[in-house]
Amino acid sequence: MQIYRAHVLICGGTGCTSSGSIGLMDEFEKCIKEANIENEIKIVKTGCFGLCAEGPIVVIYPEGCMYCRVTKEDIMEIVEEHLVKGRIVKRLLEGADAPEVDTDAEQTDFFKKQFRIALRNCGKINPESIEEYIAEDGYMALGKVLTEMTPEDVIQTILDSGLRGRGGAGFPTGRKWEFARRSVSDQKYVCCNADEGDPGAFMDRSILEGDPHVVLEAMAIAGYAIGANKGYIYVRAEYPIAVQRLKTAIKQAKEYGLLGDNIFGTDFSFDIELVLGAGAFVCGEETALMTSIEGMRGEPRPRPPFPAVKGLWQKPTILNNVETYANIPVIINKGPEWFKQIGTEKSRGTKVFAVGGKIKNTGLVEIPMGTTLREVVYEIGGGIPGGKKFKAAQTGGPSGGCIPASLIDTPIDYDSLIKIGSMMGSGGLIVMDEDTCMVDIAKFFLEFTVEESCGKCPPCRIGTKRMYDILEKITNGNGELSDIDDLYELAEGIQSSALCGLGQTAPNPILSTLQYFKDEYIAHVVEKRCPAGVCKSLLRYRIIADKCRGCSLCARHCPANCISGEIKKPYVIDESKCIKCGVCMEKCKFDAVVRE
Amino acid sequence: MGSSSCSCSVADEKLLKLQKIIEENRNKKGALIHVLHEAQTIYGYLPIEVQKVVAEGMGVPLAEVYGVVTFYAQFSLKPKGQYKISVCLGTACYVKGANLVLQKLDEELGISVGDCTNELRFSPESCRCIVACGLAPVITINEDVYGRLSPNDVPNILAKYKE
Repeated sequence: MQIYRAHVLICGGTGCTSSGSIGLMDEFEKCIKEANIENEIKIVKTGCFGLCAEGPIVVIYPEGCMYCRVTKEDIMEIVEEHLVKGRIVKRLLEGADAPEVDTDAEQTDFFKKQFRIALRNCGKINPESIEEYIAEDGYMALGKVLTEMTPEDVIQTILDSGLRGRGGAGFPTGRKWEFARRSVSDQKYVCCNADEGDPGAFMDRSILEGDPHVVLEAMAIAGYAIGANKGYIYVRAEYPIAVQRLKTAIKQAKEYGLLGDNIFGTDFSFDIELVLGAGAFVCGEETALMTSIEGMRGEPRPRPPFPAVKGLWQKPTILNNVETYANIPVIINKGPEWFKQIGTEKSRGTKVFAVGGKIKNTGLVEIPMGTTLREVVYEIGGGIPGGKKFKAAQTGGPSGGCIPASLIDTPIDYDSLIKIGSMMGSGGLIVMDEDTCMVDIAKFFLEFTVEESCGKCPPCRIGTKRMYDILEKITNGNGELSDIDDLYELAEGIQSSALCGLGQTAPNPILSTLQYFKDEYIAHVVEKRCPAGVCKSLLRYRIIADKCRGCSLCARHCPANCISGEIKKPYVIDESKCIKCGVCMEKCKFDAVVRE
Repeated sequence: MGSSSCSCSVADEKLLKLQKIIEENRNKKGALIHVLHEAQTIYGYLPIEVQKVVAEGMGVPLAEVYGVVTFYAQFSLKPKGQYKISVCLGTACYVKGANLVLQKLDEELGISVGDCTNELRFSPESCRCIVACGLAPVITINEDVYGRLSPNDVPNILAKYKE
């Protein structure tokens, strides 16, 4: 085997690909050839490193230093300085503007507090190579399970580990498997939910793109545990890179005899099929997902019967999400005791969050359960850009809620989040600053649920639309105090009567913003004012006479022709005609236009 | 579709392709969505004529095919433009002003989301999170990604695709 003295890892995840990492690979190859060191350096296209805001990212080992926002023009310098002369190019390191730059990426604030289990191979191995996965103990857990453990042992191990589903609700994974094991049937199925739909969550995608084999291995283990020989991965069609890598991975695993008939020479056989979703958020709900695999409209079914009894094609089925599966092989290899040491008593292990919004280090982070929101926002996330104030963080997407600044020291685990009116969800964590209007955010999520409601049950189909209409009325400045009471009443009705999780949790964004930011609702309704300056109908533009020099620049640019005045005298905005586009404020050179 | 005259050879070719896919999947459980994905790849969209072929071929009622097509966001009943513009409306993009970018886009093109410009050049749509949250707000035009946008960037970007 060829030994290389250095490895150049280039992120091939979606985030970095979007910021242009594709061209970097060819450029590196070219420059390395020019420097005549192509036999000493290995270039690897990996999955996501997590720090998407700073992409495209290149990591060079053995030093483990991370270069950020790398462009084609930088590459010759990296090759000549770093790879030939051994001098790290400091200006490209993460946090290069700080006085002391740590050259080892693992020691930077972004990585120091993280603990990677589900993401352990992302950004480390080439996801298109089964050998690299095997070199990282890949398929060892499957081997151990098939040759040394009974299905009951496997389920007991997962139960003992305390692993809970990472897709949202946090149901104990071992219990789910146990139910399916006990169901008697000639055919059972193992499904993987890779239809990640929460706006702002992308951890499953990164795992599929960065470490696809881990999902295959875990599904085979689950198949052995419950007695199934067939698995389905339901993946979003909008994830082309993930779909491609899964296809490659399944093909390789079959060639190696790690999927298919008589795996490891035992009488256990397991096969996996990919099913492409077609863009419906509700298909993340387990019964809807199964209906969709059956080729129909992805509408949820009433439970019971639960899928563990009657799931896909009326056969016992388990469904876990990608991140949950990514934890399984490690638990088998290292044992439940090891896993239990991480996290909190009722929430073992780690959770991956997609951190986005008004935060410096946008990206993917994996933290032990129980880490506080403050640590995530200020230490790992690097704080809020532009010196703005932290206002709230939203978790759980359209089913979750907001965590206000006063609760920033809340530990992040399943139960603490539920207690304060939010939820873990699949792991989107959107940070908001003082410029975010909470009524508008609630409206944003309701618009999403209205759009994605499947229409099967009236509480969700009609109720979410009514709630949206009320929010629209409030943000347009026509709200009345009774609207807020109506919101509460509707929310309660929908929560208790909708058919599936999507409907039952749809009122959460409204309830949690009402709980912590009721004054903002009141400001919209009573004072007809949007404190964050977001809701257009409630904004007013005004020219401060003292500051206006009468240059007429604003009047000339106003698309509504509603600014008038005489040269060198203060101009005036006719509010009745103003369309609140803000061009006047943008154009004014004397800060004479204010928005209030 | 492709019933008589000679100018229909392209249409016939498409139809043959579709029929082959239907043939391969007719007896597979739950293959309808897969067949519709393939049909959309062939035709670019799913007009009622195509749905009829699928319904007949797969042996399911047209109503069921139509039900599935209209349920899923990926399937389109209308033709798409040469350049498909997707405006990400994930939460991260929204918080950073994606809706303002979308408004500007509608203004510039004079149509709204889901439609297509007359010359079949642009079809704007809002899409779910495309996982480029680090670049928010983001739009994609076919394969090209434009990030960290402000509404004022929109005209210049569109100009690149108007030749």
